Amino acid sequence: MSVLVFLETSEGSIKKSSIETLVYGRNLQAGEVHAMVVGNPSNLEEAAKFGAAKIHSISDSRFQSMDSAAYSEALSGLATQIGASVIVLAKSAFTDSLTARTSFIWDATAATNVVSLPDSGFNVKRSIFTGKAFETVALSSERKIISVRKNAVAVTESPASGELVSYQPTLTSKAFAIKTISTEKTSGEVLLSDAEIVVSGGRGLKGPENWGLITDMAKVLGAATGCSKPVSDLHWRPHHEHVGQTGIKVSPNLYFAIGISGAIQHVAGISSSKVIVAINKDADAPIFKVANYGIVGDAFEIVPKLTQALREAL
Amino acid sequence: MYSKAEKACFFINNRLGVRLKFRILQPYYQRLMKILVCISSVPDTTSKISFSDNDTKLDNNGITYIIGPYDDYALARAVELKEASGNGSITVIHVGGAESEPVIRKALAIGADEAVRVDAHASDGFFVAAQIAAYAKDKNFDLVLMGRESIDYNSGIVHGLVAEHLGMTAISPVMKLEVNGSEAIMDHEIEGGKETLSASLPLVLGCQEPIAEWKIPSMRGIMGARTKPLNIIPAVAASSGLSFKNYELPPPRTTCKMVADSQVAELVGMLKTEAKVI
Ligand SMILES: Cc1cc2nc3c(=O)[nH]c(=O)nc-3n(C[C@H](O)[C@H](O)[C@H](O)COP(=O)(O)OP(=O)(O)OC[C@H]3O[C@@H](n4cnc5c(N)ncnc54)[C@H](O)[C@@H]3O)c2cc1C
Ligand SMILES: Nc1ncnc2c1ncn2[C@@H]1O[C@H](COP(=O)(O)O)[C@@H](O)[C@H]1O
Repeated sequence: MSVLVFLETSEGSIKKSSIETLVYGRNLQAGEVHAMVVGNPSNLEEAAKFGAAKIHSISDSRFQSMDSAAYSEALSGLATQIGASVIVLAKSAFTDSLTARTSFIWDATAATNVVSLPDSGFNVKRSIFTGKAFETVALSSERKIISVRKNAVAVTESPASGELVSYQPTLTSKAFAIKTISTEKTSGEVLLSDAEIVVSGGRGLKGPENWGLITDMAKVLGAATGCSKPVSDLHWRPHHEHVGQTGIKVSPNLYFAIGISGAIQHVAGISSSKVIVAINKDADAPIFKVANYGIVGDAFEIVPKLTQALREAL
Repeated sequence: MYSKAEKACFFINNRLGVRLKFRILQPYYQRLMKILVCISSVPDTTSKISFSDNDTKLDNNGITYIIGPYDDYALARAVELKEASGNGSITVIHVGGAESEPVIRKALAIGADEAVRVDAHASDGFFVAAQIAAYAKDKNFDLVLMGRESIDYNSGIVHGLVAEHLGMTAISPVMKLEVNGSEAIMDHEIEGGKETLSASLPLVLGCQEPIAEWKIPSMRGIMGARTKPLNIIPAVAASSGLSFKNYELPPPRTTCKMVADSQVAELVGMLKTEAKVI
């Protein structure tokens, strides 16, 4: 029996959310933990540190394009080869399709957005209604796939051998049917969906020229930057930064909502944050109903002071 | 105005209605696009979620049901594509009980031509995908459009599963979709950016904004929707190995601790020592 964990990389290193899944896979205590990764990430030693006994690395340049058909054939092929009973991945825009297709090919049942370890009857808790509730579901199939919500696992070390082996998946003609024409990606920034701290700005910041307030504070904290929907609709910030019901759902340890009113659709994307700090000049803004800490006042005065205080304290 | 081939196409399509022949002549004629849009019926985003029957049922008191917001984007783009091509058809499919019919009628009012309701409780994504695939398998849809995720179940797996059932290519989340003959060009959201992709039809796509603007049904649309076909079909057998146990609400958030605007340094202290998040 073994567990197979899919390690997603970003800019050549294993993502934090994938380390979380590795810990989840280890905590399942369902046998040796194997990992599948594309390429040779710079922080490969992390995988061993957090419990990977074997790391199966694919060095096929076609995998540069994130085609879920190819990835699912590779993942299910490996799971069968090593006799895995569970596959674990971190829920993301990419792994949704991967989870679905792998479950079909590998004949498994999948539960996505999972926030707890299974009990002895393999009951797991998953986040539903966009963070407003949870449900418990039981997986009764022999083969199982768990897609874990980001930041739902407390990361602890437990070193394993982390032996690196090369893996050449067998692919069908369905793999790589999609052609990549171009890619636009910000580099060197903290990924919003993976971030432990997020600093978000809303329409209260008045215009894109004031975003230095947000990015400066984020830099001091090593945080990702986010925004409300009107901000991305107005093209003050790129679409992939918009947080909420129709945008990215975040679950950081710390979320700053600056000049954001706290409309229910925005809150839907942030309600799984551990701690929310709101800065708003309107004491009646609904954001204070969900925040843990609040300052009523003008963001243009408070944020520079706060950034300075953070710089001194960290 | 029209070439001989196009006229032949019109004739075959209009008089004889033989789709097969039409498809053979199709390269000479603007593509007839056959689109299936899958819609979920979900509590409006502002709904307060609570449960009854020992946390096993959603309490429907005061809940308004809407077309899933992402599914609504998919439908809006389908209507635009149909309008642009001047020749196409949109079928909406929903897996659910009779109580969802107002939501299905709304989709018809927005611009779908016909609707199908698979008469069953949508227990999970595996079940839903099996129903959609069973309906679509012999109907030659060019596009099967869905939302990237349902906002009640949040599973994000129906598109990938439907694609596997039908042997089609799946892409999600798609933020832009253009169709050029038998080729689609799409913007696909990736973490920290986007990529532009191309793939051949047929495709299963999970949609999100800004693929299109939500459409509000017109008066004419609403009137027309009353007489558009809504076919009710039985479910096919499908088992998923998943079984629902119970619901649970998250613990209420603690009340907000207010900090004076002159005490930002104290706030930093609290985040460090009290909340331990920095
Ligand atoms: C179906 C649907 C889906 C949606 N999805 C999303 C979503 O995913 N994400 C999202 O964010 N929104 C979403 N919205 C929009 C949402 O309803 C709100 O309109 C939006 O979140 C408001 O953005 P905002 O708080 O930035 O702007 P506003 O509501 O305009 O609020 C600005 C806030 O800034 C404060 N302010 C102004 N000046 C200052 C200052 N100098 N200092 C400090 N504070 C100041 C004001 O008091 C106010 O509270 C959705 C709406 C619908 C209908
Ligand atoms: N009951 C349903 N009937 C029809 N389509 C559905 C249903 N549930 C989900 N879908 C579609 O599948 C997409 C993804 O749903 P999910 O996998 O549940 O997140 C949704 O955005 C819908 O387009």
